Amino acid sequence: MTIKVLEQGLSTTVQDLGRIGFQQYGVVVGGVMDEVAAKIANLLIGNNEDDAVVEMTLIGPTLLFQQDTLISLCGADLSASIGSKPVPLWKPIFVKAGSVLRFGRPLQGCRTYLAVAGGIDVPLVMESRSTYVRGGLGGYHGRTLQKGDVLNYKPSDLAKFLCTRIWSGPFKQVNWTVSSLIKPVYKKDPEIRFIKGPQFDLFIERSKREFLSEKYKVTPNSDRMGYRLSAKALKLTKDVELLSEAVTMGTIQVPNDGQPIILMADRQTIGGYPKIGYVASIDFSVLSQVMPGENLTFKEISIQDAQRLLLEREHMISKVKIGISLAFRRMKHGSY
Amino acid sequence: MDQITFYPQGDKAITIHFGQELHKDLHQKIIAFTEFIEANPFPGLLEVIPSFTSATISYEPTKIEMVTPKKTPYDVVLSILKSRLTNLPVSISHPSKTVTIPVCYGGDFGPDLQDVADYHHLTQQQIINIHANQEYLVYMIGFAPGFPYLGGMSKEIATPRKATPRLKIPVGSVGIGGEQTGVYPIESPGGWQLIGRTPIRLFRQDAKQPSLLRAGDFVRFQPITPQQFEALRIEKQ
Repeated sequence: MTIKVLEQGLSTTVQDLGRIGFQQYGVVVGGVMDEVAAKIANLLIGNNEDDAVVEMTLIGPTLLFQQDTLISLCGADLSASIGSKPVPLWKPIFVKAGSVLRFGRPLQGCRTYLAVAGGIDVPLVMESRSTYVRGGLGGYHGRTLQKGDVLNYKPSDLAKFLCTRIWSGPFKQVNWTVSSLIKPVYKKDPEIRFIKGPQFDLFIERSKREFLSEKYKVTPNSDRMGYRLSAKALKLTKDVELLSEAVTMGTIQVPNDGQPIILMADRQTIGGYPKIGYVASIDFSVLSQVMPGENLTFKEISIQDAQRLLLEREHMISKVKIGISLAFRRMKHGSY
Repeated sequence: MDQITFYPQGDKAITIHFGQELHKDLHQKIIAFTEFIEANPFPGLLEVIPSFTSATISYEPTKIEMVTPKKTPYDVVLSILKSRLTNLPVSISHPSKTVTIPVCYGGDFGPDLQDVADYHHLTQQQIINIHANQEYLVYMIGFAPGFPYLGGMSKEIATPRKATPRLKIPVGSVGIGGEQTGVYPIESPGGWQLIGRTPIRLFRQDAKQPSLLRAGDFVRFQPITPQQFEALRIEKQ
């Protein structure tokens, strides 16, 4: 079961939900940037939500499917097409052997996830299939996918069963999709909710006000490791020397130049800069789809509300999971 | 007694600060606590990451078992951690492990050893003696996979970093950067003064514990000859 990479795209990597449990050895967590999109992509085709997927950024790859396959695409709209027809997002798609998936202009967001029934099959490295490009670790030989690579995926009974149904044309979509309630709304220049960090009150009053009101431009040197922001420099009331400690995804640290950096999936395990806040996990999806040049604004949220929203969303994902399995049951009985 | 404080490290982690000052006893307590939590995990616990004066506990909020719906996962984890801290044995008998790291000092293995010696008006051998005569505490692993933050280097050999960092530092290089010393476990750029190299691998992605060292371990550097370096390297392959 293989997919051939005909064109590599800008930054195409294999990712799962991250390398958890090795930060005390200095190993970065990594994993998909938009967890909701990746989880739903997997669920839509009967995978486990933590199966490995292909993450593509801004310019998607060109992929040749070498067998009849069940796939799904979730996340940013990068104008996917097979043949001359657009391929919809957030749906299971049957693909005929020999079909070629291409991408075009990014219309909304910048990261899309391709899930393949059975899950992308690359070796487990420290219990994860995520690629950490800087460290040459995991994924497909520790690197981004290149033209000519052949990506394996595991067999899937569900896909095998459903793909035996004959259809004409290079692909076929089902007549249902996931509830719009669960799809993240990728807006340009989004408002991002944050929880105050331990050094919030060490910033001068003006900087605290500005952090809550200014627009923060996402600069071009932003990547999977961190988003570098630019606005009026944030100032501390006095110089602080902090001892380095563990940092988390969404940590908003402020180096000496006063320009905040939001740490993302490939962040290093420890950091020593003052932390003005932490992006609430509920907004990671939206944040991970922001393109360089866009602006962010920050709005405070309590940790209680942040966690409540997270629990609500997880509850919703489990409902989606049930809904999808019911849909598959109907499909097995012939109703698409 | 140092004051213990807690704060949320975002909505999926809690950091416990054991005190403000960096010292061995405080760190021993952090390591003991880390091992205690690892040995007695709670549902939803993801990992414990010790550092200089703190430990960060990451957890999955959606997997936390909640007794009352009014409490948040943060409240639940906080109360678990507080109770674990109370139950932590008063006298900590952390079994410390001392790892000996063989180092071939100077020459091609440590191209900056002469500069370091010149900086201090000492001989190369004196620098080696001072560096190899210490026991170092591993405060934490970070920055790069397997990279140890070592405490205990003599101030006598503290040397400023190079003005222009090297683009590639070979695996196993032993360096001095200001008052710190350490080993580069993977090839990386860096500005430390390179005084030697070890043939031992500090990071192996396929090992059960991928990093040779853990926070709380002790390290000794053992001078070896270039011949021993080659022999050890061959043996390890």
